[in-house]
Amino acid sequence: MLAGHDVKKTEVHGMSQRGGSVISQVRYGQDVASPIISEGCSDILVAFEKLEALRWRCLLKSGGPALVNQLDIIPVTVSSGLQSAVADTDAQLEALFPDLHLVDAQTLAKEAGNLRTANIVLTGALARLMQFETTLWRQALEERLPSRLLEVNLRAFEAGYQYAESQG
Amino acid sequence: MQKTQLLSGNEAIALAARHAGCRVASAYPGTPSTEIMENIARHKDRIVGEWSTNEKVAMEVAIGASIGGARSLCAMKHVGLNVAMDPLMTFTFVGATGGMLIIVADDPGMHSSQNEQDSRNLVKFARAPLFEPSDSQEAYEMARAAFDLSEKYRVPVFLRTTTRTAHSSSPVTFDDVDPPQPERIPYVKNIRRTVAVPAFAKLMRVDAEKRTVELTTAAEESGFNRIEPGDKRLGLVTSSIAYQHVKEVFPEFSILKLGFSNPLPLELVRKFAAGVERLVVVEELDPFMADQMRAAGIAVERPATALQMMELNPARLTALRGELLGDVEAPAVTASPEGLPTRPPVLCAGCGHRGVFYTLKRLKATVTGDIGCYTLAAFPPLDAMDTTICMGASIGTAIGMRKAGHPGRIAAVIGDSTFFHSGMTGLLDAVYNKVPIAVVILDNSTTAMTGHQEHPGTGKTLIGEEAPAADIVAVAKALGVRQVRAVPPYDMALLETVFKEALDAEETAVVVVRGPCVLAAKLYLNATPYTVDEDKCVACGACFRLGCPAIIRGEPYGPDGKRFKRNINSPSCIGCDLCRQVCKFDAIYRVGDR
Repeated sequence: MLAGHDVKKTEVHGMSQRGGSVISQVRYGQDVASPIISEGCSDILVAFEKLEALRWRCLLKSGGPALVNQLDIIPVTVSSGLQSAVADTDAQLEALFPDLHLVDAQTLAKEAGNLRTANIVLTGALARLMQFETTLWRQALEERLPSRLLEVNLRAFEAGYQYAESQG
Repeated sequence: MQKTQLLSGNEAIALAARHAGCRVASAYPGTPSTEIMENIARHKDRIVGEWSTNEKVAMEVAIGASIGGARSLCAMKHVGLNVAMDPLMTFTFVGATGGMLIIVADDPGMHSSQNEQDSRNLVKFARAPLFEPSDSQEAYEMARAAFDLSEKYRVPVFLRTTTRTAHSSSPVTFDDVDPPQPERIPYVKNIRRTVAVPAFAKLMRVDAEKRTVELTTAAEESGFNRIEPGDKRLGLVTSSIAYQHVKEVFPEFSILKLGFSNPLPLELVRKFAAGVERLVVVEELDPFMADQMRAAGIAVERPATALQMMELNPARLTALRGELLGDVEAPAVTASPEGLPTRPPVLCAGCGHRGVFYTLKRLKATVTGDIGCYTLAAFPPLDAMDTTICMGASIGTAIGMRKAGHPGRIAAVIGDSTFFHSGMTGLLDAVYNKVPIAVVILDNSTTAMTGHQEHPGTGKTLIGEEAPAADIVAVAKALGVRQVRAVPPYDMALLETVFKEALDAEETAVVVVRGPCVLAAKLYLNATPYTVDEDKCVACGACFRLGCPAIIRGEPYGPDGKRFKRNINSPSCIGCDLCRQVCKFDAIYRVGDR
């Protein structure tokens, strides 16, 4: 919005909160109609967890970049023995995402000062993949975050951005 | 001064209520409408909001406010409207004084509901006008307009959202200035208007028909209904979120966008139909508009592409376009891998409901369940629930099964908020009709699944003020239950003893399991986790049948590599002690105890 675009954001709340799979979609441009992204149409995929990256592969367009957090959260269906785990998640990620960007958001977040800024670490890495000025991203963080949390989150954002930059 | 903010549909509605001078608001939590009242709480300087006991009471409160001359609002999900239909059906005869806005939030695709229903049918059945926003700006404008329309025609006005419009966010531009609140219209007693005895109701009935004619004219002339001219080879009639998908997939064609869709403005539809070569209706769920159009003699095509169940999206409309015009190109899709493990929602680590269901399963009880977080106990590995139908149904269903002659143990399990909502009447029925069932009331002192709202038993109001806390044990006793026990949630031996007693009793017996919700009470802070002594673990599987997300796979066990020991993920574990209790090999212990 700060860059002057129309935007729609959609996510489904409700039962998916209790440890279930949650997906948010953002579409921006001159005039956004539907908030829903169709399969094969998303320009970028950001996954906060590896299994979920595999689950939503179908949404990403051919050749589109995938930003994936290096985190495995085993679903209860697997840890309780009801379903099998994925055989080799890392190999499948490499095979399915030709333009794969892996980030260890947990470590970078802890280094920034708080594990719970992992999502902002990913935001920083995402910013590197997108075209907006970093000043706009920082302005958005300032507007949205309470002042006591701003500093640690700005550090997390920088850490993600710098990491993505170092990976090329 | 104009301001633009990214708001969800629900946030926009709450803001509109403020700006329209709404004074009273009532609701019961229900996804996807819950955030309306949560946001209205932030406007407590202008609006008196409340969490009502249930949607029927919420509707009656808003009705009372309207009769009392204040602008009022009432919000609920689609199944909540089912609960509120009785007062609504007569109030549309009685008629509003202070403008009244009712929000009903449908859930196409059942993202978090027990059924899928098109509530437009209920609005038409009630003879009320209907607005359907397709984004947050419209939600704001329509909500504001609803109060004026309501006062002009003396009828409550509906705003129907769906999960997609309620929870999606889009920019809303509004005047960032509080308009002055309209004065309360003074109450003047007039029983011809407000007492629905047959003599008066017959007159109200005639008035209601006249009003429908006037409302139809209003719909024909409304700015919320518009023809968007385009290529005449195809005309699409659409409303709600479907409009956005239509714009996405059929941008070049002629569109009739209906935002004021009941009464249906058939003259406008006829005018639109006359200007296009082919006419198609794109609406989510029931053919609500299409059927009325066909009944009025307007020719509407019947495409083979199925649109009538579940949520619509651009992909489904692309298939429709392929059928109608044959000119679509599917984007290249790299499929997601098959056979990925699912990630369903689960009871939180340390949830007080887990031990209850594990024990009821051990006791081989038939469990009639209800609506709440505890419904999750129906899934494997807990697999401890037989039925879930609607709010409060657990108790009535148990009564019916027992009376049908179902042998063995029957337990109706219901949460605290659900119990106040519609369980008390069921419990009274069981006592009065002398039915031997166990009723287990899960009292975690919150309405959890919808996001931890207050209710009449928590001791706090919507805005956090202290309130009398209804006492569930006392209620059960007052209703005549003689066997009432209250127990904490994590002592499984005690649960087993007490449940057995209640299940085998020869009369209605109540067990209240009382313990705060892990998330609401933040029990994960300063928690001491548990851990597994992997030398003692023999991979028997007892602990993972609890289905706790903190119990994770450990080292392989045994020669064939097919079994795995368990370990515990410390950050998730809150130390509830259940897994230690089920382990027969003394392999689980609290960190620091060994």
